[in-house]
Amino acid sequence: MKRTYMLLAVFALAGLMVFSGALNAFAAPTIKIGVAGAHTGDLASYGLPSVNAAKLVVQNINDKGGINGQKVELVIEDDQCKPELATNAASKLVSAKVVAVIGHICSGATKAALGIYKDSKIVTISPSATNPPLTQSGEYPNFFRTIAPDDAQAKLAANFLTKTLKLKKIAVLHDKGDYGKGFAELVKQYAEENGVQVVLFEGINPGAPDYSAVVNKIGNAKVDGVVWGGYHPEASKLVQQMRDKGMNIPFISDDGVKDNTFIEVAGKYAEGVYATGPTDTSTNALAIKAIEEHKKTFGTEPGAFFLNAYAATQALLNAIEKAGSTDYNKIVAALKSNYVDTPLGHISFDQKGDIIGFGFSVYQVKNGAFVELK
Amino acid sequence: MEYFLKLFLSGTAKGSIYALIALGYTMVYGIIQLINFAHGEIYMIGGFTALILGGFFFSNGMPVWLVLLLSVLLSILYAAAFGYTIEKIAYRPLRGKPRLSALISAIGVSIVLQNFVLLAQTEKFMPFPSYLPEFSWLQPYKEYINSTQLIILGVTAVIMVFLTFLIKFTRTGKAMRATAQDMHMAQLVGVDVNQVISVTFIIGSSLAAIGGVLICSYMGQINYYIGFVAGIKAFVAAVLGGIGSIPGAVLGSFILGWTESLGTGYISSDYEDAFAFVILIVILLIKPDGILGRTQRQKV
Repeated sequence: MKRTYMLLAVFALAGLMVFSGALNAFAAPTIKIGVAGAHTGDLASYGLPSVNAAKLVVQNINDKGGINGQKVELVIEDDQCKPELATNAASKLVSAKVVAVIGHICSGATKAALGIYKDSKIVTISPSATNPPLTQSGEYPNFFRTIAPDDAQAKLAANFLTKTLKLKKIAVLHDKGDYGKGFAELVKQYAEENGVQVVLFEGINPGAPDYSAVVNKIGNAKVDGVVWGGYHPEASKLVQQMRDKGMNIPFISDDGVKDNTFIEVAGKYAEGVYATGPTDTSTNALAIKAIEEHKKTFGTEPGAFFLNAYAATQALLNAIEKAGSTDYNKIVAALKSNYVDTPLGHISFDQKGDIIGFGFSVYQVKNGAFVELK
Repeated sequence: MEYFLKLFLSGTAKGSIYALIALGYTMVYGIIQLINFAHGEIYMIGGFTALILGGFFFSNGMPVWLVLLLSVLLSILYAAAFGYTIEKIAYRPLRGKPRLSALISAIGVSIVLQNFVLLAQTEKFMPFPSYLPEFSWLQPYKEYINSTQLIILGVTAVIMVFLTFLIKFTRTGKAMRATAQDMHMAQLVGVDVNQVISVTFIIGSSLAAIGGVLICSYMGQINYYIGFVAGIKAFVAAVLGGIGSIPGAVLGSFILGWTESLGTGYISSDYEDAFAFVILIVILLIKPDGILGRTQRQKV
């Protein structure tokens, strides 16, 4: 008796599976998109906002009837920002036959997963992995990102001082710290590639009461501009001592100086100082709308990289639509050749996969406030 | 040559900044052989007091010279009270105990004061308005030296002369020298050692407060941590010149300032600290008591 029931149950189950499989086969196939990143663990707060962003964008597009008549379906995988879990997540997404992946979140996990996606020809767009070689090495033609790489700031500063300010001979100073020195070294490298002479490259002691010796040295080197890699306390002392000695050459610095405390402390000496910092999206209408959607659907303020992930998903879906198919090569070409309006601005991707139209901007202190230079 | 002169003057200005702090260090050490690590913090507190009071007076519409005078005087008073209290609470009970105990106590006071200001005031950098006069006749020479640097240099010179006079030619100075030579003997002949040491701390802290106001005016900013960095350099300068010696502290500070400036100017600012400490080691190898330090037999 018992055995009969068991058999019956097994048949019933098998029947159900066949039946459901058959049903799926009749409906139009969905376009599957993977979303991978840290959704549990210490860094979950970096990954979960991207899942919400993808859900919102996909829901909007499905409400409008999907892409090319096909609905979009999300497949969500957690990697906890750990490379070993990222490879598992990637394998699962590959076997789920996703067309593209939004993710991963951390640079290390992204790098681990990218090889797998590359072999399976899956486009990957990260909202947050900033490690420069991911795009610049050229190793991963399937990789794109909607965030500026770590060296973008230095590149922007170098291009600004050569192309906009037309400086020929500069001094580069830094505070010997990881952040400041890293920025200074990259600015030096890119400026030299642009044909600018870097006649002075030196570290100074942060916190020292007096920088008049190094300021004299700058004066003696007859440069037309000074680049500072570091934070605002030293920047305000340097600028003050330079201006006191009658040196009114441009002073260009980084995100560590683009802080209102700098203007408060340096006062009138802050006027005219240039600093690079992340592009401001707070006035972008699409960004405001996306944040509103999030509040309505999930009841909370969105978290880290929400807008980046929102833009990534939009760019991806737009590319699939423009490509007219889910073919890998066509999607890659469409991503690079089309501009999309997103919460980050009017964006596209360059040949290496880095975002165009969003990243860092140059600001200048005008009348006691940082003003973005367009 | 012009470049050398600029660097030399920059070193002189830097040296006088170090000297303002080093004088207080060396004075306390000269009398009770204690390295008062809290000295840098008193300097910072002097600066903060002047910042708060100066802002208060200025917003009440006082003329600038009165703001400067009042805030300097009151911050001297406040810092002196701090110095007096610290000595009484943290150092006096340890007198006659192993010297290391007082030294550790001094480090403790330094950390307590830093955190006190951090919690009671702010962790942020604050702009420090300069109430010091700008000399218009100095304008053509602004590439060489500015008004604030000149004032700091002048004040350092005045303080050095004042201290030398105080110690060499006054009754208090005589009592100080007696206490420095032999505390027990001084007590036996009727010197009030406790009072002498209190006075020493009061003078030392007052100097630190003056330094705080002047140097913060020069830097244009203040933060709870500034006493530490400046204190270390001033301490090196005092040791270089011969700790305990007043002219030695000034000389040591200038040598340090010149070394750093010329080193930065002709070689690289990356090694600024390395130059300072190489000079220190070389001089201590040749003269273990510092340039103007007298060789004293270790007292028990």
